[in-house]
Amino acid sequence: MNWISRGLLGRLPVGWLQLRHHRMRLAAAVAGVAFANMLVFVQLGILSAMNDVVRTSYSPFRADIVISPYNTNTLTDGATLARRVVYQSVAQPGVAAAAPLYVGQVAWERPNVPATSLIVYALPPESRRFAGPAIAEHLDAVSVPMRAILDGLSRDVDPAWAARASPDTPLEFEVDGKAITAIGSYSMGAGFGWDGSLVVSDLTFIRLVRQRSMGTPSHVLVDLEPGMALAPALAQLRGALSMEPVKVRSFAQAVEDNVSFQATEVPMGSIVGAGVLLGLLVGVVIVYQVLATDVAAHLRDYATFKAIGYSHPYILGVIFEQALILAVLGFLPGLASASAIYALLAHATDLPFGMDVGRSLTVFVGTLLACMLSGALAARRLRTIDPAELF
Amino acid sequence: MTTSIVMQGVNHWFGDGEARRQAIFDVSLEVTRGSLTVLAGPSGCGKTTLLTLVGCLRSVQDGSVRLLGTELHGASAMKQQAMRRRLGVIFQAHNLHESLTALQNVLVGLQVHGRGGDADVQEAAATHLLNILGLGERITYLPARLSGGEKQRVAIARALVSNPAVVLADEPTAALDRHSSLLVVRMLKALGRDRGVTTLMVTHDDRIHQLADQVLFLRDGRMTAGAN
Ligand SMILES: Nc1ncnc2c1ncn2[C@@H]1O[C@H](COP(=O)(O)OP(=O)(O)OP(=O)(O)O)[C@@H](O)[C@H]1O
Ligand SMILES: [Mg+2]
Repeated sequence: MNWISRGLLGRLPVGWLQLRHHRMRLAAAVAGVAFANMLVFVQLGILSAMNDVVRTSYSPFRADIVISPYNTNTLTDGATLARRVVYQSVAQPGVAAAAPLYVGQVAWERPNVPATSLIVYALPPESRRFAGPAIAEHLDAVSVPMRAILDGLSRDVDPAWAARASPDTPLEFEVDGKAITAIGSYSMGAGFGWDGSLVVSDLTFIRLVRQRSMGTPSHVLVDLEPGMALAPALAQLRGALSMEPVKVRSFAQAVEDNVSFQATEVPMGSIVGAGVLLGLLVGVVIVYQVLATDVAAHLRDYATFKAIGYSHPYILGVIFEQALILAVLGFLPGLASASAIYALLAHATDLPFGMDVGRSLTVFVGTLLACMLSGALAARRLRTIDPAELF
Repeated sequence: MTTSIVMQGVNHWFGDGEARRQAIFDVSLEVTRGSLTVLAGPSGCGKTTLLTLVGCLRSVQDGSVRLLGTELHGASAMKQQAMRRRLGVIFQAHNLHESLTALQNVLVGLQVHGRGGDADVQEAAATHLLNILGLGERITYLPARLSGGEKQRVAIARALVSNPAVVLADEPTAALDRHSSLLVVRMLKALGRDRGVTTLMVTHDDRIHQLADQVLFLRDGRMTAGAN
C-alpha cells in the first residue's frame, strides 16, 4: 500500500486508512460490491448463453439468404411456407440455388432417461451446399430413409458414444416410437426449449414429424451466384415474392434478429436485462451508503484538511480513492464467485456458461463507473463543511 | 517586511436580518514578524473570530486585514486557500484524524504543499519534531491511544512541521501540563528568533503572557489596551 500511495497518489492513502479503520464496515461494503458484481455477471452470463445458443441453433446450415414465414422470430416458431417459394426463388437471376429447410421437434424416449426433446432439421440430400461442414460429409448417407446425424452434445448423451456413430457402426434408437439409425454426429448442444438435435433427409422428416409434408418447408435457403451483391438480391427477391406471406433476410440478419428477439421479446430475456440493471442499482446503493456514512463520519477531518490549506479536489480525491478501492476489492471476489456459479450452471444445464475477458472488463469498468457515481453522490455532503467552525 | 499581520478598522457581523449581530468593532492591530503575540480577553469577546479572519477561514467583511503583505479583504477562495498553506493552525480541540497514526497526522501537515518531496525526508522531519515534543515512543499510535496532552502536541507538530511563516493558535496549551506548555511556548519563541516565525496565540495562561512580546486585550469585540 505504501509504494502504491507514494507512486500513484503522492500522498498518504488517507481514503484507504479511513476504510481500514472500520473493518466491519469495509467487509460489508466489499461483500456488497461483490454481490452486486455477481448478480450482474450471472445475468450477463445467462444473456450470453441465450445468445450463443441461438447462434449455434443455426450452425448446422449456411446460406446467403433465408426466406421465412412472415411471423417467424426463431428457427422453430412461425408458420410454414409454400414449396413454390423455392421455385420462385431459383427462377430469379443471380440466384445459384435454393432449397427447403424443414424444422420440427420430436421426443426421444430412452429407458431410464427423462424424455429428451430434439429439434429435427431436414434438407434434401442433394442440397449439400447448404449444409454446415460437420453435416455435409454425412448428408449423402442420410438419403437412406430413417438414417440420421445426431447432435453429440445433446443432453443426457455421452459424447463418446455419439462420436462412434458411423455407417459401419450405426447407433440405433427411437424417436416418437419410430426406429432411427445415427450414422454420424455433429456438435450443437442444448438450448432454451430443446435438449439436442438431429439432422435427417426431407423424406425421413415427413415420416418422423406428424402433420408435416414435403410441400410445406419451414424456411427456404438461397445461395447467390458468385459476384452477386446481397442488397440488390434481397430487394429483387422481396419484389418477386411480394404476393407471398414471407420475410426475406440475409442469413446473418436472420440470426441477429433472432438474438435480439430473444433478448427483448421473450420474457426470460427481459427479466435478465432487468436483472443487470438491478445488480448495478444494488451496487450503487451499497457503495453510496458506505461512502456517505464515511463522509458524514469524517466531516470534521475534511474541515481540518481545508483549514490547513488542502483544496476541495484533494478531499474529493480521498472519496474517489475509497470508491476505487471498494470497486477493486469487490470486483475480484465477485468475479471469482461468478466463475464458480457459471461452472455450476454449465454443469446443471448443459448450456454454454463461461467467463470471458471482454465481459470481465465490461463489468469491471461498469463497477468503476458505478462506484465513482456513488462517490460523487456521497461527496455532496462536503458542501456543508465550514472550517471556521473548528476553533 | 517587518509586520506579518496588520488589521485596520475591522468590523465583523454574524447572522442575517433580525439576528444580525456585530462581534468585532473597529479593530486595528499590528503583529511584528518573529514575535509572539498573545490575544486575551473574556469569553465571547471575539478572540476566535479574529483568528479565523487572519487564518482565511472567514472572509473579511469590513476593514483591511493584511497577512504577509497580502490583503485578505476581497481575496478569492483560491487566494485564501493558498494563504492558508503558509500558516500553521492549532485548534482548541486537537482535530486529529482518528484513522491516522501520530506520524501520519503530522505528515498531513507537510503534504499540503503538494506531491513531490522525498517521502523519507518528510518522515524524518515529522519524526524529529515529534521527538522534540516528547512523543518519540508514540509516533505509530492512533489518536485513540494518546492522552489529551499528547494529542495536542501531535496537533502542534502538524502545525509546525511545514515551517509556516505565521502560527495561529487558539488556547493550544489548555490540555497541557505546566512543563509541556512552557516547552511549546519556548519552541515557538525560538522559531520566532531563529526563523522569523510569527505567532498569534489566544491564551488565558498568565505565565505565557509574561513570555510574550506583545499582549492584546479584547473586550466585547473592541481592542482595549496593548502592552509590549
Ligand atoms: N458562527 C457564529 N455565529 C454566530 N455568532 C457567533 C459565531 N461565532 C461566534 N459568534 C459570536 O461572536 C462573539 C465572539 O465569539 P468568539 O468565538 O470569537 O469568542 P471568543 O473570544 O473566542 O470566546 P471564548 O474565549 O469563549 O472562546 C460571541 O458573542 C459569539 O456568540
Ligand atoms: Mg474562542
